[in-house]
Amino acid sequence: MGEKRLPKHVAIILDGNRCWAKKRGLGTSKGHKAGARKLMENVKDCLPLCFLHRKLGKTRVNGLMFMFEEYLRSERHVFRREKLKISFIGNRTKIPQSLLGLIRETEEATKSYEGKHLIIAIDYSGKFDILQACKSLAKKAKNGLIQVEDIDEGMMDKELMTNCSEFPNPDLLIRTSGEQRISNFFLWQSAYSELYFTNVLWPDFGNAEYLDAFTWYQQR
Amino acid sequence: MGGGIRQLLEQVHRLSRRCLFRVLSMGPLPTHLAFIMDGNRRYAKKRGLEDGSGHKAGFSALMSMLQYCYELGIKYVTVYAFSIDNFRRKPEEVQSLMDLMLEKIKSLLDKESIVHEYGIRVYFIGNLGLLNDQVRAAAEEVMKATAKNSRVVLLVCVAYNSTDEIVQAVKRSCVEKADRDVERIQLVDIEENMQMSVAPEPDILIRSSGETRLSNFLLWQTGNSQLFSPDALWPEIGLRHLVWAILNFQRSHSYLEKKKKQL
Repeated sequence: MGEKRLPKHVAIILDGNRCWAKKRGLGTSKGHKAGARKLMENVKDCLPLCFLHRKLGKTRVNGLMFMFEEYLRSERHVFRREKLKISFIGNRTKIPQSLLGLIRETEEATKSYEGKHLIIAIDYSGKFDILQACKSLAKKAKNGLIQVEDIDEGMMDKELMTNCSEFPNPDLLIRTSGEQRISNFFLWQSAYSELYFTNVLWPDFGNAEYLDAFTWYQQR
Repeated sequence: MGGGIRQLLEQVHRLSRRCLFRVLSMGPLPTHLAFIMDGNRRYAKKRGLEDGSGHKAGFSALMSMLQYCYELGIKYVTVYAFSIDNFRRKPEEVQSLMDLMLEKIKSLLDKESIVHEYGIRVYFIGNLGLLNDQVRAAAEEVMKATAKNSRVVLLVCVAYNSTDEIVQAVKRSCVEKADRDVERIQLVDIEENMQMSVAPEPDILIRSSGETRLSNFLLWQTGNSQLFSPDALWPEIGLRHLVWAILNFQRSHSYLEKKKKQL
């Protein structure tokens, strides 16, 4: 591939699990399982940094939460072996207690790992991220820690949920399954990201597809 | 004689456009279209012209595109005319861009301009304090002169970038809620303080010249917009690109409506 200009931070909108299942006459939970499996494969094989996004449909929340719990438990050894730091970003208020506990455990267990960082976005929205950053800054201003006039882009960067990362802004944002929109994923953070849209469904997105995306990125 | 033929051809074009637009109008149409007008300098280089001509050709392309949009019945059009990042270009280029902008902004006040033809209300969105006094004064004059127009709207983003717009909105929200519980700041508070709140969110964002980056344009507002990147450089953009974007919008619009009903 060549070391010339590989993205340091890749963000991915994992779209297409349900479509993939429908095409094969399977139930949607099989689609999500295939998607999760593909996620674990990709994490093992490549990226130094990877953002993932899971949009939550109202009717399918419980099944997805259960699946997350299952995978976090079963893939613990992978995180250890790959020395993968795991962080979660999103609105934690809607996540069930059992999953929340597991998330805290996983973050704690992997926090000292460096080099590879996987950030998983659950119930995340770009606008929500900016709002919570705004509230945090408003609180600091109220407590006299900062002046409102001094608020700038740098201060916002530090308050956004991506402040858990050394490289908060993705160089490359990939969305699978053909939709050509950001769907309120990273708004602030993708100001200068190269946007790559592909018709391939997420469970089919493997090494060859990554190669295509990175080759495309190198040509920008 | 030549002038007569030209007029006739223009009439024919207008008529065929009207037919085409009537067909397109049978499907859902976007309310708001946004454009990143990229590729003027590359266009000038490609044609071996001097730098400024690319931007002049870009302006003509913009006028045509606005005409098509408003003929089709699209109410809001937003264009990225000059980014805060562009101030970092060579001073001579920045100056010549400012001069061109001043000339074109003033021309919007002419009786024969597109503003009068379509009853356009014009907004200049951005950190206008960064512009020189003349350009800023001209922009403010156009906004004042068109304030009563209500048929269609043109938003020109100049000395703009989205993170700056968001920061200003955040600052205003902090000041507004300073005496009250800051926990009660909501999305709507930030939204109300955005300069772009005078328009709904864009349905489609088109960036010419094949680049697929937002380049800090309308980040807050394009969360759900469909994104298109035709390869054509901005001065080469034409009716076919607009029609293509709208057909794709109509195709995914019916899919989205179905999805919404399922939820």
